[in-house]
Amino acid sequence: MGAQLRLLRRRIKSVKSTAKITRAQELIASSRIVKAQQRMQAAVPYEREITHAVSAVLSNTTNVDHPLTVAKEQPATAGVLIVTSDRGFAGGYNANILREAEALKGHLVGRGLTVKPYVVGRKGLTWHRFRGREMFGEWDGFSDNPSYGNAKEIAGALITAFKAEDGIDEIHIVYTGFVSMLTQNVIVKRILPLEVEEAETPPEGIPPYYEFEPTAGDVLDSLLPRYIESRIYNALLQSAASEHAARRRAMKSATDNANELIRVFTQQMNQARQAEITQEISEIVGGANALADAAAGKE
Amino acid sequence: MAKLRVGVVSPEREIWTGEADMVIAKTVDGEIGIMPNHAPVLGVLVEGGVLRVKRGDGGDLVAAVHGGFISVADNDVSILAEAAELGSEVDVARAKDALQRAQASIEADQEDADARLQAKRAAARLRAAGEEV
Repeated sequence: MGAQLRLLRRRIKSVKSTAKITRAQELIASSRIVKAQQRMQAAVPYEREITHAVSAVLSNTTNVDHPLTVAKEQPATAGVLIVTSDRGFAGGYNANILREAEALKGHLVGRGLTVKPYVVGRKGLTWHRFRGREMFGEWDGFSDNPSYGNAKEIAGALITAFKAEDGIDEIHIVYTGFVSMLTQNVIVKRILPLEVEEAETPPEGIPPYYEFEPTAGDVLDSLLPRYIESRIYNALLQSAASEHAARRRAMKSATDNANELIRVFTQQMNQARQAEITQEISEIVGGANALADAAAGKE
Repeated sequence: MAKLRVGVVSPEREIWTGEADMVIAKTVDGEIGIMPNHAPVLGVLVEGGVLRVKRGDGGDLVAAVHGGFISVADNDVSILAEAAELGSEVDVARAKDALQRAQASIEADQEDADARLQAKRAAARLRAAGEEV
């Protein structure tokens, strides 16, 4: 067997096994998107209710001066929560987030703020470590399946830093919003000081006058951290769904590319095999002719 | 008589929705009973409380609710719990086990706030399941 033929056979074999792996990854990601979407759906009622409750409190109390809603006059530091994935194999998913995070950083530095990164996901952690950047919060191990406990932990750390004297004055979050299976966009948002996002439909008429147990201030005290937790939980869930969607897409194109390569290599291999056979035949014919000529010359 | 539309939701899922005649929850100020046409209220719930939803003919619904809020407006009652479990879903053996473990760690360390919280939660789950604690 010719050297070229052997080489091509070997490459086809290796590409085939790669295609098998990427195909399996694609299927796994597809099934996980569905689960991630269901989790997003399951979280909707709570988010809706808590947003409703926060706007109820804010509309009932005329001057809200809760520490979490008041912007400092001269902010000096900004915390940026960057939500990346734990694993790669997801195309440009992490690169997009980190690029947006860098852009946000540039923007904040332009406003004269010091930026403190808080990072979720192993990919973001290694990215920051590789560049020798200090991180003020590091979390990993749950990017593809976040629980509310994870969000609570992150929110707790951020709120503590926000309330501390020499902590941070603003908190921004960079994550990937899940629009559909095919569309995911990187979203950059400020979460603290708080701006309550109103529900899509504004309540009709005058908002009801609420009684508070025990007091409006106390309710707000325990409500606002929950609201922030819920925002972060939502960001984590959307990021997880986006991660799976990005991985599915990346693995699908990898599988397609592998199949295309296999096709090209098979063609080349067949050509090489045919060339080899042709050569062998012409060698045999040439040899036979030479023998025949030699025999004729003797006579 | 008008009915209350009740929703019990936790961050991870919607636990129960339906109509009811009366809702009894425990806020940090004490127990609060909500009947139809109640004035709008927003209250903070205690850690390890038991929520009762009276449904008349449908029987009562009991749930263990850990922290969170109750919000009432226009006969809509929302219970926003950090974690909640219906009494019928409680694994009694596990809750008992958790309660014993928490009590053991409280005895070992009186300052163990985490264990106290665990004990409260376990007790609420048992009460929701109809067990005596």
